[in-house]
Amino acid sequence: MSDSMAIESKGVSPLLQRTKGEKVFNVFNIAFFILFAFICVYPFYYLIINSISDNTLSAAGKITVLPKGVHWSNYVEVFKLEGLGTAAMVSLGRTVIGATLTVLASAFLGFLFTQQGMWHRKFWYRFIIVTMYFNAGLIPMFITMKNLGLTNNFWVYILPAIVQPFNIILVKTYIESIPSSLQEAAEVDGAGTLTVFFKIVLPMCTPILATVAIFSAVGQWNSFQDTLIYMTDSKLYSLQYLLYQYINQASSLASAVKASAGGALNMAALATQQTPSSIRMTVSVIVVLPILFIYPLFQRYFVKGMMLGAVKG
Amino acid sequence: MSTGDIPLKVTRRGKTKRQGGISGRKKHSINLFLLTIPFLILVILFSYYPLLGWVYAFYDYQPPIPLSESQFVGFQWFKMIVQNPAQLHTVGQVLVNTFVMSGLGILTSFFPLFFAIGLNEIRNKHFKNVIQTLTTLPNFISWVLVYAVAFAMFSSTGMVNQLLQNIHLISQPIHFLDSDSGTYFKMLLWSLWKGLGWGSILYLAGISGIDPELYEAAQVDGANRFQQIIHVTVPQLMPTYLVMLMLSVSNFLNNGMDQYFVFQNAFNLKHIQVLDLYVYNVGMGQNSLSLATAISMLKSLVSVVLLFLVNWASKRTRGESII
Repeated sequence: MSDSMAIESKGVSPLLQRTKGEKVFNVFNIAFFILFAFICVYPFYYLIINSISDNTLSAAGKITVLPKGVHWSNYVEVFKLEGLGTAAMVSLGRTVIGATLTVLASAFLGFLFTQQGMWHRKFWYRFIIVTMYFNAGLIPMFITMKNLGLTNNFWVYILPAIVQPFNIILVKTYIESIPSSLQEAAEVDGAGTLTVFFKIVLPMCTPILATVAIFSAVGQWNSFQDTLIYMTDSKLYSLQYLLYQYINQASSLASAVKASAGGALNMAALATQQTPSSIRMTVSVIVVLPILFIYPLFQRYFVKGMMLGAVKG
Repeated sequence: MSTGDIPLKVTRRGKTKRQGGISGRKKHSINLFLLTIPFLILVILFSYYPLLGWVYAFYDYQPPIPLSESQFVGFQWFKMIVQNPAQLHTVGQVLVNTFVMSGLGILTSFFPLFFAIGLNEIRNKHFKNVIQTLTTLPNFISWVLVYAVAFAMFSSTGMVNQLLQNIHLISQPIHFLDSDSGTYFKMLLWSLWKGLGWGSILYLAGISGIDPELYEAAQVDGANRFQQIIHVTVPQLMPTYLVMLMLSVSNFLNNGMDQYFVFQNAFNLKHIQVLDLYVYNVGMGQNSLSLATAISMLKSLVSVVLLFLVNWASKRTRGESII
């Protein structure tokens, strides 16, 4: 470790000579973090290499470090499974539509609640925010959705998620932290509330809205409980739910495998022949891949969201 | 802004706000309110209206029969929870599970703090960033995927069992998932795997916000690295830790059901069934909608009381509320 680095980082002893205890601590500390990071990442790597490896080797547990006998037929075949394509569209649809509407609603409401002139502004703001702290419970929610005709209806994924009190707080706080002179100038020029919102406030809020968008997209993509409770129509299953079924219902999976197998098999075909485990792993990879891709790109937004959340939490 | 002092004639908002009559201001104020109405309707439909569903706890509601034709039973379900021995036994076990899981969560709540301190002791910035990225990743996958990972690694044909069998350490696969041994501990490990890295981010930010002069003063006093951690870093992070602790106390009954639902099976049901999962199993699994509503109603009421208590305690001790 160079001296300059030691001086740069915070909370570091100026003693260039490290004590023995500190050195021992350093070794264990670094070893711990390498081990923990490995435990966090290896399972995903394991799923990926097994989903592209020779299926007989994979089933025998021979693929642990590098893929062997690489082939892509698992991915080709898995999309022929009944329901998987539909589930992918449902998951994608709810993620895109849900996140877009949540972002727009959070931005619009966050903005409206900064407008001092609103009729009983404080009351309506609290009316929305207080819903963070109570919950009718699972069964009353189920009965409500049933009464509203939202069971077995795609919109049950979207409508209840549009107004998110927490996101509204984030946006409102953000808007209050930026100078209002621009908005006032626009109003002097005769801009109405909506014009001010779309032309001025929305572009200025991009950083916080990116955070809201990322969190709500990940939430939509990962959501599982709503399918479980509100959906019996398999056309509306999300990928998460389908994956759960593939893991738990060995019988339905076995028949799906059989259906995809078709005719007779020889040894060469066996290597690329789907097994229940190959299907599970391939679907798992399809479900996790979007997260693996966007996560490193948007990590700073996640972190920022966490910080803002902690401040207001 | 100074525009407030100058009478402006042509502007809409300027007119309503500054020199327009009461009626103009009122109109603008109502217009702003009207814009929120679609959203208020959503809030009423999905947050307030479902509360009416609590009346189902006072009826003997059997789904195809509408509520109007169901029998009103008053507090029968609530009485049943405490009077029926079999029911009481089950609910007792569910409460024990809930308390143990939440208790373990609170007991390990300082882990993220130590994680952050340890990570901060690593000097290489790139290495630190990579570790942070990799360890926060599991937080962003769903519990279904965690279960898929668990299944691939720990089922009887999973990687760990095959590895152990291949090196002849075991002859029979170990039942990691389909057994009831150490269920609490396993659930704790999975939630730590998923949440530890993410939980530490808050404390890492806290550490970077500590005044460097505090460390310099400690160094002048001859404090070594460990003493600096104990006497500067930990006390500086305490307020953040206490807030997080209070939040987890107020959520004592809310374990959520996703984790326990995906991991539950016939073997571990006894110890994995926390309140949220129990409500689901009773309501959707056994179709006892009224009983499930009664249980979740009690749970909600206790949770709200807990929240107020914790908030009150926070105001008393820190002079700041958490909600």
